[in-house]
Amino acid sequence: MSAKTKSPVGVEAIAAKGWLGAHKWLIARRLSQTAFLMLFLVGPWFGWRVVDGTLAGSRTLNILPLTDPFITLQGSVAGHWPELTALIGALIVLAAYALIGGRMYCSWVCPINPVTDAAHWLHDRLNMPKGWQPKRHTRLWLMATVLVTSALTGTIAWEVINPIAMLHRGLVFGMGAAWGVVIAVFLFDLFVSRRGWCGHLCPVGAFYGLLGQKSLLRVSAPNRAACDDCMDCFAVCPENHVITPALRGKDGDTPLILAPDCTNCGRCIDVCSVDVFTFTHRFDDRMSVATPDAANKAA
Amino acid sequence: MPSSSPMSPARRRFLTDTARMAGGCAVAGLGLAYITSDARALPAEALRPPGALPEDDFLSACIRCGLCVRDCPYDTLKLAELGMDGPATGTPFFTAREIACEMCEDIPCVAACPTGALDKSLTNIDDAKMGTAVLVDQENCLNFLGLRCDVCYRVCPVIDEAITLEVRHNDRSGHHAIFAPTVAADRCTGCGICEKSCVLPEAAIKVLPIRLARATSADHYRKGWEEQAEKGGPVLDGIIDLPDRLPGPGTDNLAAPGGYEPAFKLPGAGQ
Ligand code: SF4
Ligand code: SF4
Ligand code: SF4
Ligand code: SF4
Repeated sequence: MSAKTKSPVGVEAIAAKGWLGAHKWLIARRLSQTAFLMLFLVGPWFGWRVVDGTLAGSRTLNILPLTDPFITLQGSVAGHWPELTALIGALIVLAAYALIGGRMYCSWVCPINPVTDAAHWLHDRLNMPKGWQPKRHTRLWLMATVLVTSALTGTIAWEVINPIAMLHRGLVFGMGAAWGVVIAVFLFDLFVSRRGWCGHLCPVGAFYGLLGQKSLLRVSAPNRAACDDCMDCFAVCPENHVITPALRGKDGDTPLILAPDCTNCGRCIDVCSVDVFTFTHRFDDRMSVATPDAANKAA
Repeated sequence: MPSSSPMSPARRRFLTDTARMAGGCAVAGLGLAYITSDARALPAEALRPPGALPEDDFLSACIRCGLCVRDCPYDTLKLAELGMDGPATGTPFFTAREIACEMCEDIPCVAACPTGALDKSLTNIDDAKMGTAVLVDQENCLNFLGLRCDVCYRVCPVIDEAITLEVRHNDRSGHHAIFAPTVAADRCTGCGICEKSCVLPEAAIKVLPIRLARATSADHYRKGWEEQAEKGGPVLDGIIDLPDRLPGPGTDNLAAPGGYEPAFKLPGAGQ
């Protein structure tokens, strides 16, 4: 935490790239989250029926079906083989996220992400302790538990408490007491467990993570030689264990962040004052040509 | 001996962690199972959309996307809100007394459903079975009191088949008729329009889920008259048909005033 005492996270990046430059992926992400929500909301609000339904299942422009593959999977193990429309919808979503990175869903689409991001922001402001930190793979266990429970009860089990579906469906169709579930996630992340929900527990995130194992779109650290050890990327990354192998790799180690936990949120790109990171594809393991500055440091 | 050699700390930690995780998951799974079973109790006044699979199958099929709700032109359907509505959170339902199903001919709700939770094999809305109307309160139904309200009968989209007015004698006034609204459960779709339209402050006719509205007859029951009609003669041969004792003239009874003529005359009986 010595890096933290040096200067608050992001200050150097803002100084070097300007506020906009140091927040461009964050802004893009917030715009994307808003846009995904608005696509569903302009229907009920203004009667423009662009996308009907919810994230669980939707129909775009009256033709394109999209279905959440994790929900479809739960329904299937619960004993209902869905009709073609839902299957096609699920396959399209599967293919898309397998390509761009499953956890893109988490950082660019999921409506809970702004909630847990807000909790984390406040958590930092209040200088709270980390709290309970269950193992990262707890979410995989939870995902398996959800599937087993679905099979045993013959229901789509996770949907009875899924905060993502509750928030999204609530905004589109009416909230009821679903606010309670959303607030519970916020408070959990704030007081009980730093980055607890998305980083350790959410079985939906776990599912999408598995989906993106071999995804094409990746963040890379080709300019890692320029790293000045400010640790800001570790501070902003919601899954910061994924950074180490890429950033701290020895010569010959790939600069690509290949861990499927990476949500492709791009905050590390934003917050780095010396532009170590960039978006690229998984076969691009080139290192950037060392700048004189970086070469000095490496030497 | 592997059994006597002490377990390595790493291995011990791995086993403890795994056991702990499995325990935690068992507890989480039980909790989840408990909530799902709780959500399975569908309240009696909540009706599922046309074509909905039986409740148990429905809960494994419906992904709670709301497309059926969006495509219902009458805003009949709603998605259940947590803590406000009875059915499992997010699943579609309607309350007949609020907005009934208008029985759209093209059944847009079924067409919209991507999963088959609303069964596409329902192609004629008259075959829908959302529930069954039951005249639950004869003491307050205006028609049973001898008036001619008839509203539930008139509004029924399957009028004269799903619901009829059965004429009977009004014993109270002695010389009027009662037009009793009577539901034929095999034709009633459970749309709820009758319940919605009942003029009383609380409807005397209500659509109930079929599990509540209907009895099932025992497997071994046979209706003699049906079997006889099917066979075109007595079910058992050589049975002796004894004369029935009927009220009214023409039998061995005393002639009762207003009694009925027997449908047939036994040879040599009465006078
Ligand atoms: S981990 Fe779960 S809640 Fe968090 S962003 Fe991903 S899907 Fe959403
Ligand atoms: S049949 Fe028509 S009115 Fe009835 S629930 Fe379906 S869409 Fe709505
Ligand atoms: S359209 Fe089908 S899957 Fe979607 S909410 Fe209605 S019944 Fe459920
Ligand atoms: S619910 Fe009432 S209105 Fe609808 S079909 Fe049955 S008897 Fe007719």
